[in-house]
Amino acid sequence: MTKVAMTVNGAPVSGDIEDRTLLVDFLRGELGLTGTHVGCDTSQCGACVVHVNGDAVKACTIFALEVEGGEVMTIEGMANADGSLSRIQQAFQDHHGLQCGFCTPGMVMSAAALLKEVEMPTEAQIRDYLEGNFCRCTGYHNIVKAIMAASGQDVSRIAAE
Amino acid sequence: MYRFEIARPTTLQEALTALKEDEAQALGGGQTLIPTLKARLAAPSVLVSLARIPELTGVCIDDAGRVCIGGATTHARVARDCAESYGALADLASRIGDPAVRNRGTIGGSLANNDPSACYPAAVLASNALIVTDRREIAADDFFQGMFTTALDEGEIVMEVRFPVPERANYQKFVQPASRFALVGVFVARFADSVRVAVTGASEEGVYRWVAAEEALSGRFSAEALSVLDVHADGMIGDLHGAPDYRAHLVRVMTARAVGSA
Repeated sequence: MTKVAMTVNGAPVSGDIEDRTLLVDFLRGELGLTGTHVGCDTSQCGACVVHVNGDAVKACTIFALEVEGGEVMTIEGMANADGSLSRIQQAFQDHHGLQCGFCTPGMVMSAAALLKEVEMPTEAQIRDYLEGNFCRCTGYHNIVKAIMAASGQDVSRIAAE
Repeated sequence: MYRFEIARPTTLQEALTALKEDEAQALGGGQTLIPTLKARLAAPSVLVSLARIPELTGVCIDDAGRVCIGGATTHARVARDCAESYGALADLASRIGDPAVRNRGTIGGSLANNDPSACYPAAVLASNALIVTDRREIAADDFFQGMFTTALDEGEIVMEVRFPVPERANYQKFVQPASRFALVGVFVARFADSVRVAVTGASEEGVYRWVAAEEALSGRFSAEALSVLDVHADGMIGDLHGAPDYRAHLVRVMTARAVGSA
């Protein structure tokens, strides 16, 4: 067992783990942060996307020990300080950007990473950025719409397909 | 995954020492290695992470004008930091996998793995890049030795890749949409005195130079110069995503597009 310490959603955390422990298993199993989901476990689907030192990564394809000393942000850290939904989360709700919700944590984390890079992304940029996030319910249209809305763009003229 | 330990050296010397252990394996960004470990297709005793060694990360330009990329540099960083100095390479890096994969995957890891459908080998081979390891320098023409096989010895680390910058270059990738790898990808690089064309995703031997196209394009750098060339299906990869003759056809189509966009 090896000791690991990092910051998760602003709070210092640590644990004694096997070296082969994936970040997602550390978050879910050790810290009880089950908002980060495991969909495919093969780095395809993006349900496990979290931010490590500000970058979107797939938590199923990085070892917890690789994040030693780093800063992790998960979906649990996305809400506003008063507990209300963040701008992106609220937009997903307002625009029906989720159905079963399984992919949503990864979608929100990817969306947050995109909006940090590109303030006002085009539809094409959003679809391109979500290449590694799968949703099997919505057909993506309302997810794209929600992200455009979250970036402050007028989506009233975008019809649902 | 089978049980293993993870070493996190902060100097090259520590890494090389750790890699001398029996069944030690270097860990770059892990975007191929970790899925491989999960499938129990590899059973290392220790993974030696190269992510914390400062001299293995970053992009610079050397005195000869070459773009030099540290082996542990991520695709995302190459896409960002090479946009000015080598646009075609940055463009290639910006289309590997997806954003989360690009934030972890490294150029050294990709080259050491030499997946027959990976993008970077095409850029390295077409650019006539030099691969600098902890013990020697290897020319691109000598580095790639067939599917998942390279000139690297056990425990040898890709420290840096030095790219001569062509006058014109372009990478065209016909994406296999499920994996985001290239079904066929072609990198064309035109230098003052030569043209080099490297093809990935097509051959069962992995990345290769399409010499006939290089000769034709050296005479006339135009897509029409390729029209007289035949690409044979012999030795091309055939799988559920594309038959050998389909890939052979794509080689010429993607080369023509790369020439047109270079």
